[in-house]
Order: sequence, then C-alpha cells, then structure tokens
Amino acid sequence: MDKSNNVRRQTLALLVDNEPGVLSQIARLFSRKGYNIEAFAAGPTENPGRSRITIDVLADEPHTELLCNQLRKLYPIHSVKWLNAESSIYRELMLVKVRAESSERRNDIMQLANIFRAQIIDVSLQTLTIGISGDAEKLSGLLNILKEFEVLEIARTGVVAIERGIATINDESKESGEFSYGKNVL
Amino acid sequence: MKLTGADILMECLLEQDVEVIFGYPGGTILNVYDSLVKYKDRIRHYLTAHEQGASHAADGYARSTGKVGVAFSTSGPGATNLTTGVATAYMDSSPVVFISCNVAENLIGKDSFQEVDSTGIMLPITKSNFQVTDVNKLADTVRKAFAIARSGRPGPVFIDILKNVTAEQAEYEFIPRKQHKAAGAISSLYERSLADFKIPSIDEEDIDKLVDMIRESEKPMLICGGGVVRSRAHKEFEAFCNLVDAPAAITVMGGGGMNGRNPHTTGMIGMHGSQASNIACDNCDLLIAVGCRFSDRVALDPASFAKQAKIVHIDIDRSEINKNIMTDHHIIGDAKEVLRMLNERLEQQSHTEWKKFVFSHPTETVYDDGGDTLNPKQVCDTIARLVPQDTIVATDVGQHQMWAIQHFHFEYPGQLITSGGFGTMGFGLGAAIGAKVGNPDKTVIHVAGDGSFRMNCNELCTEQYYNIPIITFIFDNRTLGMVRQWQNLIYKKNFSETTLDRGPDFVKLAEAYGLRGFRVNNQKDLEKAIVEAMESGEGCVIDCMLDIDEMVRPMVGGGSHITDFMRI
Repeated sequence: MDKSNNVRRQTLALLVDNEPGVLSQIARLFSRKGYNIEAFAAGPTENPGRSRITIDVLADEPHTELLCNQLRKLYPIHSVKWLNAESSIYRELMLVKVRAESSERRNDIMQLANIFRAQIIDVSLQTLTIGISGDAEKLSGLLNILKEFEVLEIARTGVVAIERGIATINDESKESGEFSYGKNVL
Repeated sequence: MKLTGADILMECLLEQDVEVIFGYPGGTILNVYDSLVKYKDRIRHYLTAHEQGASHAADGYARSTGKVGVAFSTSGPGATNLTTGVATAYMDSSPVVFISCNVAENLIGKDSFQEVDSTGIMLPITKSNFQVTDVNKLADTVRKAFAIARSGRPGPVFIDILKNVTAEQAEYEFIPRKQHKAAGAISSLYERSLADFKIPSIDEEDIDKLVDMIRESEKPMLICGGGVVRSRAHKEFEAFCNLVDAPAAITVMGGGGMNGRNPHTTGMIGMHGSQASNIACDNCDLLIAVGCRFSDRVALDPASFAKQAKIVHIDIDRSEINKNIMTDHHIIGDAKEVLRMLNERLEQQSHTEWKKFVFSHPTETVYDDGGDTLNPKQVCDTIARLVPQDTIVATDVGQHQMWAIQHFHFEYPGQLITSGGFGTMGFGLGAAIGAKVGNPDKTVIHVAGDGSFRMNCNELCTEQYYNIPIITFIFDNRTLGMVRQWQNLIYKKNFSETTLDRGPDFVKLAEAYGLRGFRVNNQKDLEKAIVEAMESGEGCVIDCMLDIDEMVRPMVGGGSHITDFMRI
C-alpha cells in the first residue's frame, strides 16, 4: 500500500457465509494487499447462515475503495459496506481492571465511572473492574482519566457499527445497490 | 441412484463435458483413479511425468480451447507440486479446476503421511477453493467450482476431497449444465449479490461517454490485453481498431487478441515494447485499454504513464479499475459485449497524420544478420514461414518468450500460450501438450530457452508415449539469457550463476525419450530441420544455437519512463 497523507481509520462492515475458512480468506486478503487490521469484531446475524464482521483498517479513501472491491470478489462475502462516520453508529465494549486498594480510591474511581455511565462489574479488596460501552472517543476519554490510577488490564471487543435510519448492509448488494457492475462510480 | 464419491466426481465431470484430464495418481486419490477406468471411454486421462506438468497441461488446454481444464493430484506433495501451475493460471486468469484428494477424515490434523493443509496453501492463488468433507455435498461443490472457474474473470478453482468421501455413497442425480442455475447450492451462488455469475450489464451511458471521447480525440491509441483473449473478442477488437483508426499495441497476454497482421498493430508495449507502441503511448491524447491490468511490465512508471492522455479502462473485473493506474473513465463488462456496443455506435474515424507519426517508428527490431550464426528474428521468421499460419505457439519464460511475441504475428485468441503474469519457467512444454490435446488438428510448437527447457523437459516422455507431435524450438544460448541481459546492463557484466555451460545434450536427450533431435547453427539447417520435423509427424526437439550475448531489444528499465529506451 502506498503511503499517503489522508490515511485514517476506516470501518468496513461485511456480511459473510458462516462457514469454516472464511475468516482466513479475509485475513489473507488484508495481509496480501498490505493492510493491517486495526480492530476486528465478528458475530451472528438475523440469518443463521450469515455472520457479520466489522473491520477497522488504516487507509486513505482510494485504497479503501480498492480494498472493498477486492473483498467483494471473495465468494463467501455477500456484502461489503464502507461505513460513513456521520451516518453510522459505532459501539465498542471495554473492560478495565484498575488497582484500588483503599476505600477512598474505590470511591474516586466509582464516581468517575458514573460520569462515563460505566458500570462496576467486579470488585475485590485490591481491584475494581469497570465495564463500559460506547464509541471510540468515550472509551479513550475514560482511559485517559484512569491513567491517574494503575490500570492492570484492558480487554476491548473491537468496534461494531450500524447505519442510522432505514439503511442496512443488505442495500449494497449487486442486484439492488449502488454497487452494480456496469455503473460508473467515478 | 446411489454412487460412491469417486463415481459422483466422474459423473459431475461428464455434466461439465470434460473429455480430458491431466494428472498423477497417489495414495489418497486411489478411489478416483479406480473409478476412472469405468469412464475411460468418455474421459481420457493423460499421465504426466510430474504434477507440475499436469497443471500446465490443463492450463494450456484451457487457454487454447476456452474450455475449463482439469488436473488431478494426490495429497501432500501431489498438491504442492500443483501450486506453481495453479498460481500461473491465477495470474493469467485461466479457467482450470484442480482436484486433489486429502487423507481420510480420521487422519486429518494428525500430520498423517502425505497430509498437508492444501486448501490453506491454495488460498492466495485460486479464485476460490473448497474442501469436501461430506459426500452429500460433493456434486454441488464440483458444480460450483466449474461455475466459478469459468464465470466473469475466469480463474483456477481448487477442490480438496477427503479420501473417505470418495469411498462413501450418496444419492446422485444427473443435472444437465444448463439447469445448474436452479439446482442445489449453486442456485444460491447465482442469487448472490457480489459474485460475478451474471454477466455484468453494461451501462449505456458509459458507452456513450466513451464514444464521445473517441470523437473528440485526435490521437487515440488502443491496448489489447489478456481480457480480449479470454473473451475471444478478437474480431470485435479488430473492427473497433479499424473504426477508431488508431494504432493498437498488445500486452504479453494480449497476443492473439488483435490480428497481428492488421496495419494498425504496433506490436508489444512496455518493457520490451516496440518503439512505435511506447512512443504512441507517450504521445496519444486518449488511451483505451481493453482487458489489461497495467502491470509493472506495461505501465513501467505509473506516475508518468500516458500522463498527457485521458485513460479509459475497459475490464470485467471492477477491482482492476484504478488499481495500478488512475483512469479518467471506465466501463465494466465483458470485452466482447462492450466492443460490440461501441462498434454499433461509433462511425468511422480517420487519423492519418497521427498514424503516420506513430508508424514512422519501428514496430519490430531488426537484428544484424550474423551470416553463419542464427539471430532471434531469423529463427522466428523461418519458423513462421514454414509452419501453418494458425500454428499454436506455447512459450516458456525469458528472452525467447519476448522474441516470440515480438516477431510472430498472432491472429486469434489461444494461438499464443504464455505465462505472462507469473512468468513461470518450464511452463511451455506442459502447456503445449495441453494445447495439442485440445487442438489435435492444429500444429503446436513449443518455443523454449535452454534454461526453461531444462526445468520440465521430463514431459518429453508424455509427448512420446501419447504420440503428441510437438516441435520444440530451443533458443539455445547456453545461458539464462534474460537474467544475463540484466546482469549485462545493470550489474556491470557480473554474470553470477547464469552461464549454462553444462549438459544435457538436448539432441541426445530427445533421442533418449524416443523423439527426434536436431541441432542447427544456421538458416539452412534450421529450414531443413523444420521441414523434416513437420513431415515426420512426430515429436521433435530442434536446438537452435544463438549467440550468448544476444539481447531482447528494445528495452526500458523497470520503473523508468516508457520511452527511456536503454542503449543496447
């Protein structure tokens, strides 16, 4: 991949067949074309035969377009949607374990967690574990504050995203969507 | 009807009208070979000397006939030996179905004898691949594989069948190919949104826009790529070329996509492109590339490639657009259909001045007549004069490949069979065997270099046993010529490990395989050998001795501007 100044985090949503080997095909494509997967989340969908994968990748816009076109060629992939930041909702779940050995500390952390609408999901005499869901900004906001305390461990799910309004990932299928072959998208 | 997996596989091949298989048996694929005997009146199997030979033969068969080629191999080393052939087919978009068997289910994952993760290995070099673990899914998988291999932009598909699946029984029902669309798992493929089963419908607006661009253009130029060959659109391309009245260059893969004797042809473009092609590309105001992917051997320096021109890209594969070169306009669709639509709308153009300028530059390199030694153009011209005009030419990779494409004038798709994308040395002999099997009425010649020929010359035994009369011409300069050329020009004549001052004696080698061998040093002997070879109707090897320092001219260095010809 060429280096360009306009590289930023792009989010792709994929609807794929739920069968063995699909994940390795997708991962293979990213590495072969020289992209690094920044975040990855997969899970079942309303259709038992299909899974949805959300991938964050660092790329500029022309390269993201090329990447989408390459992904669309893989047979187990049914839809690829390059999500637009303004018209999509992003959520990620993060669990943070913080050292908190005095009741004063625990109180401080709980108050901060409250402000972020995070939940305390586990407590021990030495630690507090906080669960929070939200977009990337909210999560990094909480993490910044928690730097004041000793963070012992972080677990994040990777971003999942969905479009606002009636738009769905199924819209962009070849027979109905804007990505029909023969349509000049330039 | 209940059949074993092996029988189902053979029945499915019959559904696809497969007549020929190239392959090599082994432990895990024994059930299939057992079943093959029952079908030998309908499906011919060619046993090659090596799985790689089988893979190239299936590829050569596919390229020359336009049908899907089929190759068999066993697990482990059988499958890995196929890989070079699979990658070769993938890079050149050749429709081949490779079928290999793996160890039985109870042995999978235990590092069993001859076990390897073959679908994993094939992943980056196939259009799609499948492992069949359930005999009930076998027929659908084979149907799917063939559909994928031949649809859209063609390509190789790999099927790995577990050994127990070939022995187990399942219900099988013959479904004619025409009805596959509606049958079983494959119907879902046709419904799929993103796969290219449906021929993409071509946008009329896009066509009209290009027609307008052509009308406005004063200096148009065409490039004929491999897509024209795959879509067998040579007639449409020639008609289009005549209508636009533009010079037309071919890429390596485009050889045969444009009638090489049409006066608009400027020959090859790119690293070893003719002066006429490269200079035209640097001076045109509209560049229309059909079915070509602007590889680094054509668009040597993407930033400066045809910068002054509007670039229009016609391709069936959406992912090729703006991949290597940013284009001004593109049309997605099958080359044949797009060109037909363009020809319908476009009226005759005339660009006499522009053509005069382009053709003031040479389209072919002239070599010194060395008197008593042979030069490359002389060998090509002599061959072309003495073999039928529709002779199929299969090449290996290197200097001889470039000479063949520069100096032979190909007329129809499938006439040139060469490994353009992957550059596989040793491709030619297997491919020639496949081409001759697919085209028994045509003369097939194999153009090789001494380096390439040494790699897979073991297939001479296949040629001899099945009486496949191929004439092999070795452009013998006792060196890896193309590598030596680079060492000569770029590495200060440091000829590291390229001199082939060693055996074998190719004439004796041919004789050892039961074929005829000739060694020729001059024009007269060459002519005599060709006439004798043609008359014998047997496989022959003609070892043509060339000077060790002969070079492919012209040459533009990798990454350089397309008209920066090296001084050679």
